[in-house]
Amino acid sequence: MCDNDHRRWNHLKKILERSSPFCHPDFEPGTGILEFLQNSCKLLVVGAGGLGCELLKDLAMMGFGDVHVIDMDTIDLSNLNRQFLFRRKDVNSSKAEVAAKFINERVPTCRVTPHHCKIQDKSEDFYRNFHFVVCGLDSVVARRWINGMLISLLSYDDNQQLDNSTVIPLIDGGTEGFKGNVRVIIPGITPCIDCTLDLFPPQVTYPLCTIASTPRLPEHCIEYVKLIQWPKENPFDSNIDTDDPVHISWIYEKSLERADEFGINGVNYRLVQGVIKNIIPAVASTNAVIAAACVTEAFKVATSCCPLLNNYAVFNNADGIYTYTYEAERKSDCITCSPRKAKYLDIDDTNMRLEKIIEILCEHQQYQMKNPALTIELDGKRKTLYMPNVPSIELKTRPNLKMTLEQLGIADGCKLLVADITNPRAFEIILKIKNNCVSME
Amino acid sequence: MAVPSPKSPEQSERSRKYDRQLRLWGDQGQQDLETAHVCLINATALGTEILKSLVLPGIGAFTIIDNEVITEEDIGSNFFLTADRIGEKRGSIASQLLCELNPDTRGHFIDECLLKLLDLNPGLFNTFNIVVTTSLHEKEIIDLSHKLWTYNIPLLVCQSYGFFGSMRLQLAEHTMIKTHPDNQNPDLRLDCPFQKLKAHFDTYDLEALDLTNHLHVPYLIILYKHLEKWRNDIGDVNVLPETYKQKQVIRENIKNSIRKHENGTLHHEENFEEAIRSVNFAYNRTSLSENIQLILKDEKLMNLTSNSQPFWIMARALKDFVDNEGCGRLPVRGTLPDMTADTFKYISLQQLYHEQAAKDAEAVYNRVQQLLQNVNLPDDTITEQDIKIFCKHASELCVIRGTRIADEYERKGNADNEISQSLEDPDSLIEHYIILRGIERFYSEYYTYPGEIDEQVEPDIPKLKLCISKLLSEWGCMSSTKEDYIHEYCRYGKSELHSVSSFIGGCVSHEIIKIITRQYKPVNNSFVFNAINCSTESFTL
Repeated sequence: MCDNDHRRWNHLKKILERSSPFCHPDFEPGTGILEFLQNSCKLLVVGAGGLGCELLKDLAMMGFGDVHVIDMDTIDLSNLNRQFLFRRKDVNSSKAEVAAKFINERVPTCRVTPHHCKIQDKSEDFYRNFHFVVCGLDSVVARRWINGMLISLLSYDDNQQLDNSTVIPLIDGGTEGFKGNVRVIIPGITPCIDCTLDLFPPQVTYPLCTIASTPRLPEHCIEYVKLIQWPKENPFDSNIDTDDPVHISWIYEKSLERADEFGINGVNYRLVQGVIKNIIPAVASTNAVIAAACVTEAFKVATSCCPLLNNYAVFNNADGIYTYTYEAERKSDCITCSPRKAKYLDIDDTNMRLEKIIEILCEHQQYQMKNPALTIELDGKRKTLYMPNVPSIELKTRPNLKMTLEQLGIADGCKLLVADITNPRAFEIILKIKNNCVSME
Repeated sequence: MAVPSPKSPEQSERSRKYDRQLRLWGDQGQQDLETAHVCLINATALGTEILKSLVLPGIGAFTIIDNEVITEEDIGSNFFLTADRIGEKRGSIASQLLCELNPDTRGHFIDECLLKLLDLNPGLFNTFNIVVTTSLHEKEIIDLSHKLWTYNIPLLVCQSYGFFGSMRLQLAEHTMIKTHPDNQNPDLRLDCPFQKLKAHFDTYDLEALDLTNHLHVPYLIILYKHLEKWRNDIGDVNVLPETYKQKQVIRENIKNSIRKHENGTLHHEENFEEAIRSVNFAYNRTSLSENIQLILKDEKLMNLTSNSQPFWIMARALKDFVDNEGCGRLPVRGTLPDMTADTFKYISLQQLYHEQAAKDAEAVYNRVQQLLQNVNLPDDTITEQDIKIFCKHASELCVIRGTRIADEYERKGNADNEISQSLEDPDSLIEHYIILRGIERFYSEYYTYPGEIDEQVEPDIPKLKLCISKLLSEWGCMSSTKEDYIHEYCRYGKSELHSVSSFIGGCVSHEIIKIITRQYKPVNNSFVFNAINCSTESFTL
């Protein structure tokens, strides 16, 4: 390092080269730690959006030298009120690439490598490369996938002892309006995302009969146009493109007509957009706060200069400024992080149709799947029951949905192999069927 | 009959760019933000982080006052300075790089020492909506605090120091209409239905309804009918269920009135289930909260003049409404929570609340007009729309009256209650506020910060400790601060960690937005952040 660089990091050096009563026991003050941050430590930022831009800035400014960022999105005009590495001219470019270029130019001590792709496009070997991962996502599914990936990289010895060299910590931030949360996950040791699935708020849905026949709210009218009127009238010979203002305008106009018909007030363009695109409000300040808290934890993980957040913090500055930290607990039967524990699913009887099993997996408190593919092992042979993502196989397996377990030859104790977007690995679920024989009614 | 097709409004670039935040503070809030001018003193890392989260959402203008030049150390903590500009004016470069974030914001820069400006051109400070500072010394804080207090301009004094940070807000008086409370009870008036609502309730005979209609009666009507029945049963027509036991009786009654199948099992009547769940809050007596009572007693509304702010004129009209037409109650809010019902039953009920709200707002409007005449202000000083909003949010009005920061520095031999009380609590973060004050005192005495150079860490520990004990004894506090923490702060040696500044910066920006938009309640009045365990605490000093 040249002399200039030395002075540049004087702020960090005081923290890293001086001892303190509050250090982690492993902390050995000295010049080696900054060297490590600058030259050896390699980390991954997932998401280059509202949190991602802040994370990249904060990491670069906290001395990290080798940062990768992955994001499949391109820049939209509505990002510019908070995603400060992007300008008007960058609209439609890759978020990861523009963000990386900006940081690399502004902070030459940091090299950001962009990956403009889906997290699912990368292999285990890619994720294994990093010392730790920082997540700034707005999707629960993507969070669960990354969480599942890091847990799948853990290895255990013959005595079920965790090999610590396979542990890649995950620091996760999330925001919504003036609220946010930060958590530190040490896979295999502290609670993982799937241990605490109940912390995510349930999605708002409206009963179809209300939407169809007894609407009361403007949202009911908008959902009606989206779910019933659009498929029926198919105005532009295509599915709804939520980014096409012509589509949104059509929905707005039809929703307003329906609202007028029922005497309902309050349909406006902003609301229509919000409902159709499922928009979550976002401001620069909350993203700054949450990303900063994540990076402070990242800095602690990398340097041991002080104890880690244990292990969950919530933040809200709608009324004053409020934070609350607590220790979330590991779930002993977590579907993702409890090692080699068999998973079960309770089913009433073999009369149940396959489509019902899928519904149960999606609504199940622990599984909360999105769109599972199901395979079963029968007499030592694999049989695909349903495969939603490959159109030709979907078509072939669709009739199975209406068949009962009995008709499909599935009995108590059968092993169901389930693959879903919420987890990078397919896993086995053993069916426990109470009434295992007969058909009634 | 052909209805003309509604037209989609043109979406301006502005409303597309700011869409995600307009959903929080609305077009009015955005307009307030876009016409505001904020002043930052010292473009440190914390300073530029504060401005960043104001420029992005579109603040009208900022002015940076800073007479430092950029150093190598600045580059290591401040994202809005670059290595190729070392030696240049810090405020100028920061202003330039911040302006790149949003072409809608105008950035200005004044290369001058704060104390000199206060002396030579104090009127300058009167042109800002709010002033925010970082890394100020004691004397600067005291002088600025006095000046801005007389101008009635909000001041935020902020610091980022190692793993800690603080913010202190000075606000003479701040009135808010839309405070966006999180869990507000609906304004249902079951205890005192207005005439048309009572008449509407009376048109229902639940037992006479066929099953389809029974399944679609709004729970409000079920609750009202069961209130009447319960009152009849106990022979008191004015009583409200207050105890758990009383409410339980009503819940049982409602449950028993759910229709049954022929085989005796209950129909699934969601509206009745909603009614049972709502018993706990829906029978609350309609009354004025303590907070509103205080506002309506405020001397500001007792003696209106032509200088009175619209808030106080409307508050006076509100008080007169409550004392007269309102029979001790606020105007009807006019919103109805969603509930299971068919469209007609729900909408006609909603309509009644809406109409009454309009009627009440009209009464307040007439009173405002009269008051404006009395103090010789033009009719259009306050619009009908202003009054509608005021009435709709009447139950959430809020007034904050703050204290002067300078008093905290100049008051001697007078134990500050909040400080001594909080010091008793071992988990309180007030200790850090005191240590940060001790560090300011340290600088005033030694013109350096504790632990600024490596060799000084150990020797500075007792010196800092002495500064803090002196402060505490000036305040008449008997307690002391923990030795470990004093050592920790000497370790920091005035280092500013970017991620700590970014956290506090985000918090401070949002407090500024709250004050400018007069929406959401700001911290009253001090705040400390501890990044070691990611905790924060607020105090009223």
